[in-house]
Amino acid sequence: MKKSIISFLAVILVIGFMAVAAIKGLTIPGGFVTPVNMSAEDAANATVIIPSIHDATNGIRRGLDLVGGSSITFEAILPEGYDENNLSNDMVTAQTLLRSRLTAEGYTEANVSIQGDKRLLVEIPNIKNPEDAVQMLGATAKLSFVDMTGKEWLTGSDIKKATAVYGKPSASSVVDEWYVALEFNSDATQKFYEATTAISQMDAASGQNLLAIVLDDEIVSAPAVSAPINSSTCSINGNFTEDSARELANLINVGQLPFSLQQVELRSVGPQLGAEALKTSVYAAVIGIALVCIFMIIVYRLPGFIACIALAFYCTLELIVLGLLHVNLSLPGIAGIILSIGMAVDANVIIFERVKEELRAGKTVKSAIDSGFKRAFTAIFDSNVTTLIAAGVLYFLGTGTIVGFATTLGLGVILSMFTALTLTHFLLNRMVDFKIRSPKVYGA
Amino acid sequence: MKNHFSIVKHFKIFAIISVLLCITGLVSLLALPFGVNLYNFDIDFAGGTQMEFRMENTELNAAVLDEIQALVKEKTGVEPNAPQITGDENNEVIIRSTSLTTEQRATVISAMQEKYGLSDDDLISNEDVGKTVGDDLKKAAFLSAIVAVILMLIYISFRFEFTSGLAAVICLVHDLLVMLSVYVIFQLPFNQNFIACALTILGYSINASIIVFDRIRENLRTARKESFESIADRSIWQTMGRTINTTLTTLFTIGMVFILGVPSLRNFTLPLLIGIVSGAYSSIFLSSSLWAFFRKRFRKHRI
Repeated sequence: MKKSIISFLAVILVIGFMAVAAIKGLTIPGGFVTPVNMSAEDAANATVIIPSIHDATNGIRRGLDLVGGSSITFEAILPEGYDENNLSNDMVTAQTLLRSRLTAEGYTEANVSIQGDKRLLVEIPNIKNPEDAVQMLGATAKLSFVDMTGKEWLTGSDIKKATAVYGKPSASSVVDEWYVALEFNSDATQKFYEATTAISQMDAASGQNLLAIVLDDEIVSAPAVSAPINSSTCSINGNFTEDSARELANLINVGQLPFSLQQVELRSVGPQLGAEALKTSVYAAVIGIALVCIFMIIVYRLPGFIACIALAFYCTLELIVLGLLHVNLSLPGIAGIILSIGMAVDANVIIFERVKEELRAGKTVKSAIDSGFKRAFTAIFDSNVTTLIAAGVLYFLGTGTIVGFATTLGLGVILSMFTALTLTHFLLNRMVDFKIRSPKVYGA
Repeated sequence: MKNHFSIVKHFKIFAIISVLLCITGLVSLLALPFGVNLYNFDIDFAGGTQMEFRMENTELNAAVLDEIQALVKEKTGVEPNAPQITGDENNEVIIRSTSLTTEQRATVISAMQEKYGLSDDDLISNEDVGKTVGDDLKKAAFLSAIVAVILMLIYISFRFEFTSGLAAVICLVHDLLVMLSVYVIFQLPFNQNFIACALTILGYSINASIIVFDRIRENLRTARKESFESIADRSIWQTMGRTINTTLTTLFTIGMVFILGVPSLRNFTLPLLIGIVSGAYSSIFLSSSLWAFFRKRFRKHRI
């Protein structure tokens, strides 16, 4: 009896602890706070153990349909005779192009990802009228090599290929380093020779001997030229990391990107609509949970009350897992969560109905609970697996917000089965230990 | 055991009700290849542009809507659909047309802003879906439905028996057709959320059928002389409490979203609500009767 009370209280405490952590966040060192509410210094040292539900940076991310913003999908329009083997490399180049353009325009929170074979998804939060961005991003890239007087010597089409290489940039180099190797088209070698001849004679001390590589009027790199180069290849070196070398190579490759990008999808939502959607959904969830709890207690009495504790635990667990997985929460994703809350009590309902039947058949409360769980298991398992199949298919074949819906639904199914089979079982057994053994209390 | 109403014996009545519920969906589906579209295809599937403006300072009436339509036509050369009034306070307007280019959209937005004194804040949403994206989505929808149904059929055949799987899949098709009927009758925007709704209902409805089948599986082991119909009836009534109570709790939460939610969520949850009710209906009144029928036809021996 004493042991039961202690373990019962311990479990309740753990649930409470997790619930507080899910709402306030748990950080070490710091305790129940999120990095957002700490001083910059403390925040830098802190490790987030459990992200708060309010913490969009470390925890659940808010989809663009909730915070407002635009997601724009571009598709590569492949020219005839295009070698599809280059597609994945060229898509990475195009991705770098879009990233650099977004940064240049000040959209630092924007995100560019490759979707499928030939599509790029651009997500820009907090943008009200996206049409300028669509035009800016979809424009044909203009790459040129200019000197400090503004004279254009070469254009993007003169470059055959740029690659990031690790090794010795030239024969005279001593150490290995990251650099960018350029390869020119045959007729451009002469042009490049003329350019380097002219530039290398300019004043080095005042920084005039630079060959600037300009993309859409933005200088991406300006290497110094010390001597004329008469070769079909050349290298740009100096303090490159692997990432910065790759980025520059990609940006130079933009000049001969063989396809243009066409916007094929645009979804733009104002910030107010998103905020309103989030707020009403949270209200709906809270009222929905309250109704479910009232219903469960009325119908199933004591087990119903236990189902409410299990439901609270389930919600906490779901929020923590969503936060740790850094799930991108969209509007259908919220619907998935709310739907799974309704379905979460299903396993409990199946068990309690079974327990009621066993009680009516004249069993004692203890054996009714045991056999109720045993007999309900196959039903719970098989029915959850089929819902998981639906969620899995959506996850792998769906696109965009549908994937978010599948994630929350699938997670909900797994977690609800877990809570019913562990926590509900545990708590019901403690009730028996507490000598609450009248079948009436169990709804029979 | 109490003498319950026999659901299996009255199968004909329920079958007729189901046919009535499904017929709209079925007809609309069969009409599609003949070029008759009864659905309110959203731009997700059909492709197109849709913009939503908040117009607080303008009294929205038919004349203003005509004016907006003419304005779009004048600026882009594309005749849009008749604009619609929407929003909780009826102060929002939706303009929909075939897919416009970004330049065309930019002109429409600035023309609207100039004419009605709007700012960028009043552009509530701005969506454009190209034809290829819409087609891809249709393919994905079709593929995911087929894959999901086949996987479920395999799973049920493996865990139960093929006759159960067959009965469950017929119920799924039934629920899907009922949902399609709802989309046609209420002219709900048919968009990518439909895929999510449909697959959820597939999972949910089969969930309920499986609870009954699980009971049948159990009862079959003990009842040696009972007829399949009687086992089916007994199993339905034994699981009735669960079916109704789970349906109710799910309806509570989804119903709350429907009542409180923003319009886009409401369009998402209405078919879910109908699908949940239809799923409960089919698993109570159809699945076990179908199972008993198939079992008698195809597999007379027990276990």
